[in-house]
Amino acid sequence: MVRRKNILSTMMMSFVALGLVGLLWVLYGYSLGFGADKAGIIGGLDFIGLRGVGQEPSSVYASTVPHLAFMIFQAMFAVITVALITGAVVERIKFSALLVFSALWLTLVYSPVAHWGWGSGGWLAKLGILDFAGGSVVHINAGVSALALVLLLGRRRGFPQQPMEPANIPLVVLGAGLLWFGWFGFNAGSALTSGGLAASAFVATNTAAAAAAFTWMMISWLYRRPTILGTVTGAVAGLATITPSAGFVTPLAAIPIGILAAIACYYSMVLFKTKLGFDDSLDVFAVHGIGGLLGMLAVGIFSSLAVNSSGADGLLLGNGAQFLRQLLGVVAVGAYAFVVTLILGKLIDVTIGLRVGQSEETVGLDLSQHGERAYGGLLR
Amino acid sequence: MKKIEAIIREERLEAVKKALEEKSYFCMTVSEVSGRGKQKGIPLQWRVGEYRVDLLPKLKIELVVLDEDVTVAIDAIVRNARTGETGDGKIFVLPVEGVVRVRTGDKDENAI
Repeated sequence: MVRRKNILSTMMMSFVALGLVGLLWVLYGYSLGFGADKAGIIGGLDFIGLRGVGQEPSSVYASTVPHLAFMIFQAMFAVITVALITGAVVERIKFSALLVFSALWLTLVYSPVAHWGWGSGGWLAKLGILDFAGGSVVHINAGVSALALVLLLGRRRGFPQQPMEPANIPLVVLGAGLLWFGWFGFNAGSALTSGGLAASAFVATNTAAAAAAFTWMMISWLYRRPTILGTVTGAVAGLATITPSAGFVTPLAAIPIGILAAIACYYSMVLFKTKLGFDDSLDVFAVHGIGGLLGMLAVGIFSSLAVNSSGADGLLLGNGAQFLRQLLGVVAVGAYAFVVTLILGKLIDVTIGLRVGQSEETVGLDLSQHGERAYGGLLR
Repeated sequence: MKKIEAIIREERLEAVKKALEEKSYFCMTVSEVSGRGKQKGIPLQWRVGEYRVDLLPKLKIELVVLDEDVTVAIDAIVRNARTGETGDGKIFVLPVEGVVRVRTGDKDENAI
């Protein structure tokens, strides 16, 4: 979705998350997230270096699969949340700054918040705040943190006057297709075992994506033309929004959830980028921040004990308390992620600097940060 | 009639286009080119080695104007394409023998 001179840089920021977070997670990230609880805020160091994480199931988490399987499943959530943030800072962030930020953010934001929502004894989980596959832990967390970085970093040079057309929309569509497929692992997999709940979450996920993709396409058409870029963005917005509720709501409830996701995320994107002028380059906050927020609240509206007896009934079934709990979860995660990211970002900015220099930004990050060209050849 | 061929930096295109528009020069052809002047190129990485790319991406703007408009047009281009760094580009002026507008058949001065 970026200009040709920044294609590799953008992909690198996600790929390196696999490398960095993949390492840190097994060393200590999993332990901080899921280790023995300390005051509801953080896990202990009992799982450091995967000590106590073996082939037998955990006595606490996912009793139907090996503990190692649960741990590595969680690793993917950690990786993707870090990678998500990078979309907002493309085309101008310094690579070294991003690496340092990612390591610190995983340690100080992701693992604690994962513990709050999913760790045994985590304070959000103890308050009955529901998040099936990461509406708060992943999407609000990443979306709000992205916003904080955008505020610190500033706009790309030439934004919004210069054209910054996506260099390769076919690649974007391919990526979205992979996301749609992979998300079944994310959401249905969060049932932690094969069976009725996984199937229900699977259907809800696909239905929300379909509803949101279609709706975004229609909104785009109302505006001018039904674009494929918009349609795939709609699908991703639907997927993000159904994430916290996939295993708590009926598959059919995914339809209004998907439709609302497209509408809310589309207009958030217009508000933040076009009207307010914030250069959240790939709309991370509009799609994942707002999507996660809407999704968490949707749990409070649409969830049903008939779908998942470990969940709750929502507003539509006469229980307003869950909605308020979800709201608390949204505010807690959002506020924490925003403030800590702002501090971390500022710290990095005054030490090594967050942004590349002017000429480096102009020639492109592929060349200046990585010494490579995406489409090399004799001439171009 | 003269043809102006201006080799400029890619990122200066919007500014140059706008400046030409303001002087009412709308017609132009733009192509992506690679070239070198005194800029020595850039090093790229491949596995454990390095190779040099010394043909750098630029843009070529071509426009045909009346003789009396050459100075104004060149001035607009130079003022908006110049950064002061090596690699700003070059402008060439060539004589034009004839021009035809395809749609109407208008010739020479009437086709500019």
